[in-house]
Amino acid sequence: MGKVVLVTGAARQLGGRFVRRVQRDSGVDRVIAVDAVPPGHDLGDAEFVLADIRQPAIARVLAEHSVDTVVHLDVSGKALGAGGRTAVKENNVIGTMQLLGACQKSPTVQRLVIKSSTSVYGSAPRDPAVFTETTPPKSLPSGGFAKDAVEVEGYVRGFARRRPDVAVCVLRFANILGPDPDSPLADYLALPVLPTVFGYDPRLQFVHEDDVIDVIGIASHEPRRGTLNSGTFNIAGDGVLLLSQCSRRLGRPTVPLLLPAVTWVGSALRTIGMTDFSPEQIRLLTHGRVVSTVQMRETLGFHPRFSTAETFAAYADSRGPGLLPPERVGRAVDRLAGPASRAGHIQLTSPGRGAHRRWRTPRSFRSTTTARGRGARSVPHGAGRGRAAAGPRDPRRPVGRL
Amino acid sequence: MGAEGAGEAAAEEQEPQEAAGSGGWERRIAGGLAFLRRRVTGDYEVDEFGYDEELTDQVLMSVLRPLADKYFRVEVKGVENIPSEGGALIVANHSGTLPLDGLMLQVAVHDHHPANRHLRLLAADLVFMLPVVNELARKAGHTLACADDAQRLLEGGEVVGVMPEGFKGIGKPFGERYKLQRFGRGGFVSTALCAGVPIVPCSIVGAEEIYPMIGNSKTLARVLGIPYFPITPTFPWLGPLGAVPLPTKWTIQFGEPIPTDGYPPEAAEDPMLMFNLTDQVREQIQHTLYKLLVQRRSVFF
Repeated sequence: MGKVVLVTGAARQLGGRFVRRVQRDSGVDRVIAVDAVPPGHDLGDAEFVLADIRQPAIARVLAEHSVDTVVHLDVSGKALGAGGRTAVKENNVIGTMQLLGACQKSPTVQRLVIKSSTSVYGSAPRDPAVFTETTPPKSLPSGGFAKDAVEVEGYVRGFARRRPDVAVCVLRFANILGPDPDSPLADYLALPVLPTVFGYDPRLQFVHEDDVIDVIGIASHEPRRGTLNSGTFNIAGDGVLLLSQCSRRLGRPTVPLLLPAVTWVGSALRTIGMTDFSPEQIRLLTHGRVVSTVQMRETLGFHPRFSTAETFAAYADSRGPGLLPPERVGRAVDRLAGPASRAGHIQLTSPGRGAHRRWRTPRSFRSTTTARGRGARSVPHGAGRGRAAAGPRDPRRPVGRL
Repeated sequence: MGAEGAGEAAAEEQEPQEAAGSGGWERRIAGGLAFLRRRVTGDYEVDEFGYDEELTDQVLMSVLRPLADKYFRVEVKGVENIPSEGGALIVANHSGTLPLDGLMLQVAVHDHHPANRHLRLLAADLVFMLPVVNELARKAGHTLACADDAQRLLEGGEVVGVMPEGFKGIGKPFGERYKLQRFGRGGFVSTALCAGVPIVPCSIVGAEEIYPMIGNSKTLARVLGIPYFPITPTFPWLGPLGAVPLPTKWTIQFGEPIPTDGYPPEAAEDPMLMFNLTDQVREQIQHTLYKLLVQRRSVFF
């Protein structure tokens, strides 16, 4: 008998992608996709059950299909349709409580996978630079999605205590980005001009949507040899990007604002519904957050295909150029570099000319240097080598010659 | 290739003098523009602590270097005591009202060590609360002084600098100069033991006199939320001009490394051993400080 996988949050992009993916896996018999609203996308052969996980009816769904693997992806920072923060919170917290209650009663459930977030660590200046799974947060998130995630994890720990026979895997995802992400940070990065906090350059980590789907897949099956897939794991791509780097790579200018002003702008944008710029989001964009992924690699045995920078590049490509595309900015610098490298060119290739002739460049040189694109770096090969060879001589050179 | 290189070198030797000089200039302009291009397009890398090696080497160090070389004329001794590779924990005394000694130590280690090692300083949490300061500190490779960060850096084979006196050292009155304060709770020793890296004691002479702190306005400090508010003969009376440090002559001496790899793994949990090692490091720094002070001819020369 194969497995029966129940996936919550199937109407979301991520849930839908996972449903389509998991039904292709070997050993999976049936996939039950659950959400409170009908999905706008195709779910393949999966069975869609319109059910609200906040209602006890979810227990009947579990029993009826004798589900053995529950993948709870309906923990999210953003409402799917209309509905404000209250609805989101209720869905996250009450939904998880109901679902866990149903799982506790179900004799068939053997595996539980929960989508959580690295925001459970909060962000504070007193925190260590890199969080491991066991780092206690210095300041617990005071509200917003981060607090939901903390509460959800608390209930999951309680469940794991009461049902030790169920393998529980909590995946703490860094900021999920991909071609079609739906997270507050992605919304923020989509703003034409990025408001930032003056004097702070937060470190951010991203994880690609494809990697998210892969790692949920690993967690929802039997562990592979030599790995363990129950426990809590940080999931993030390799490397770190600073917000300033992100804005430059996206080509979106930043507007540094003082911290109180940022809070004000954030609440204003939230009021008119442009973005869910919650206080915890502002803290992330002030102090940043980096997590250790050693457990993910060594215990869970998952190696993400996309690094943080690659994830971000994929996201930037899907968004199209901003107001200041990096290519254009780069070209502007190259134009600036043009005269300098041309001057270097003629001077280095034609020894014996006086300094007064340095800036006069024959037409032929001009075309070669501009064709090179990165003109600034293009010192002729011979000259570079000559310089390397001449390097050790430099200290002995009489001062007058310099 | 080698012969070709030699030929090129010979060719360059024949170049007239102005060409040789201006060639260096243009290469610098070209290098600077390539750097600028990478910066404006975000095409550079930072590590997980936010350390931006390129920015540190090209910009931050260039800003600090004249201060170290020309203003404080830092004399560096015993730099060979820092290993050329692998982790090491440099423990230094802390003084001078503003943590210029840490920055000068960073420049000294980078510029004088044959392997040009980058010092990763552990800084107080106040640094990471202040805007601008925290951004620059992270980019310069500093991180919060906590056991997690220190251990992560040491295990990564970095040279980590710590000033265990903390605010007690840097904010002490002028009358107590060169008297080492308590070395925290000795957490740095257990971190070094866990990572199995040597402890390099470091004594910095000259930093105590840059801002002779004759008073401390506790009320103002409380209002501003800082650990002390210094009053020096020039600050705050002369305004920003009073914040110019006195041009003292500095000496940074690195002492014999204290190995920590001979201890059993449970040694890091042994408080007696911790206190003994902490005292040993402290004594060595204090002793070297007195020795350097005796040798010093004058505060300014």
